Amino acid sequence: MPVTKEDIRRTAHLARLHLSEAELDSMTETLSRVFDDIDQLHEVDTEGVQPLHHVLDLRNVLEEDIPRPCFTREEALGNAPDRTEEFFRLPRVVN
Amino acid sequence: MSSPIPKQNLPWWLYLKMLPSPKNLRNHPDLILEAVEQALVRARDLESLHAFVTLLDERAHRQTAAVRDGLRRGEPLPLAGWLLAVKDNIAIQDVRLTCASKILENFTSRFTATAVERLEAAGAIVIGKTNLDEFAMGSSSENTIFGAVRNPVAPDRVAGGSSGGSAVAVAADIVHGSLGSDTGGSVRLPASFCGVCGLKPTYGRVSRYGLVAYGSSLDQIGAFAHTSQGLFDLLRVMAGRDARDSSSAHEPPPDSRNQFSAIKHSLRIGIPEEYYAHGLSADVETAVRSMISKLERHGHSIVSVSLPHTKYAIPVYYILATAEASSHLARFDGARYGFRSEQATELTDVYELTRGEGFGLEVQRRIMMGTFVLSAGYFDAYYRKAQQVRRRLLEDFSRAFSKVDVLLTPTSPTTTFRLGEKLDDPLTMYLSDVLTVPANLAGIPALSVPIGNDSQGLPIGLQIIGPHFAETMILQLGTEVEGLRDGVSS
Repeated sequence: MPVTKEDIRRTAHLARLHLSEAELDSMTETLSRVFDDIDQLHEVDTEGVQPLHHVLDLRNVLEEDIPRPCFTREEALGNAPDRTEEFFRLPRVVN
Repeated sequence: MSSPIPKQNLPWWLYLKMLPSPKNLRNHPDLILEAVEQALVRARDLESLHAFVTLLDERAHRQTAAVRDGLRRGEPLPLAGWLLAVKDNIAIQDVRLTCASKILENFTSRFTATAVERLEAAGAIVIGKTNLDEFAMGSSSENTIFGAVRNPVAPDRVAGGSSGGSAVAVAADIVHGSLGSDTGGSVRLPASFCGVCGLKPTYGRVSRYGLVAYGSSLDQIGAFAHTSQGLFDLLRVMAGRDARDSSSAHEPPPDSRNQFSAIKHSLRIGIPEEYYAHGLSADVETAVRSMISKLERHGHSIVSVSLPHTKYAIPVYYILATAEASSHLARFDGARYGFRSEQATELTDVYELTRGEGFGLEVQRRIMMGTFVLSAGYFDAYYRKAQQVRRRLLEDFSRAFSKVDVLLTPTSPTTTFRLGEKLDDPLTMYLSDVLTVPANLAGIPALSVPIGNDSQGLPIGLQIIGPHFAETMILQLGTEVEGLRDGVSS
């Protein structure tokens, strides 16, 4: 399936990924070739085949809901690119 | 410990000092500290290979003291004497965890991965974190902010990826063993390219707690060592249920050491014809077929089998792995941890510019592919279709394993390629994993064992694939292959 530059622009927005016009062009070209190759999947007859989500037969793994020690606030904030007191700091959203 | 690479093929500086074996160190605990110091010096001497991204001098010294004390107190510590390296997408508390990405360049982990915790509790000493393709996405260990990993056998060639640094750390005899992660071949391919053994266990056999997720239905922590026996020693300690990874398997670890011996009965060995196409190099095919003949002469029976959906494994992989990756990597938003773009003045910029500047090109490609196949209107045609074909691939293996015990294939159609050779051609790069991806899709264990060199002296790997949880059998066969390769009768 041919992938258009508009598909790529829309996808980059969904992925919250800033790409320049030149990057959008080259991404369009590369992904078109990749999806040409991927399209051979459509030769396989999968009528009635259950999609495989997980290779081991594990389902609904349940655990007791027991409180356990976790990160302190300082540990959780320790890798923050910007902070103020005990908060992550981000640009203002509402004026 | 036998080295599978003939020394004359290595640059002279690689063999200045040999690392004493784990067994020797265990018997002489006072030598462990010296060995750790030598390993750290050696890692620095061989810095141009770009194998390590962080060396843990102080931490390794503390671990060494703890191991010596433990041995004095008579603790069993089955891995005392082992020096290890850990791929830098696996967490160690209070140590930088970069995934070779600008977006995590200054990130420090707050906890330790279960696999590392278990190995260290058994007496192993981790000396450093190793280089990789960014977020484990790549087949050459060239997509990294730390400089492309170079192959010690031929430094103008790639180490293979994505766990290239971990393969090199063992191949260059800096450490005895190392951890990698294998989502589509990222342990086995570099093992093959560098001439060491590499194991991808059954999906869920080793806890993924502390492994940065790439494609979480495929990811599995694996290991490198010079021998299959070494891999077995590491696996026994690492494997087993972990409450902190709900997808970890309830299967107990493989049996104790005295059960690991040469195979006493003959195996039915399957040769899947589809793995002997795909531009297989003549030298690789000759080496693999010659090992198959030796195994047949040793009493194993050789059976031709077919895995008809093999050619669809790469397209299935690039849909499912990227879909999962696009979802996992959504957490890197510049808000709570990691890099944030300095250009960002509004909230949407924080997301878009941070991700645009922080992720490398290959990671961006995979985020785009994954987002696209999951987006409205394409989900059924790509994601669901890929999951259905994935079941077909699993059924191929189930049919084969009803007739044979193991499958033997080349690990890679070619030996290592030149640095830069495939970097601008992602489609060709993706095909490097054509023989390794199917085992990840089926969740089955697979081992790469070095079996010789091609006409240019570059290592060739044999892949041994088994059914779910058959690690012991494939490692036993690996040991037999090593004996036949080295001309030692077993």
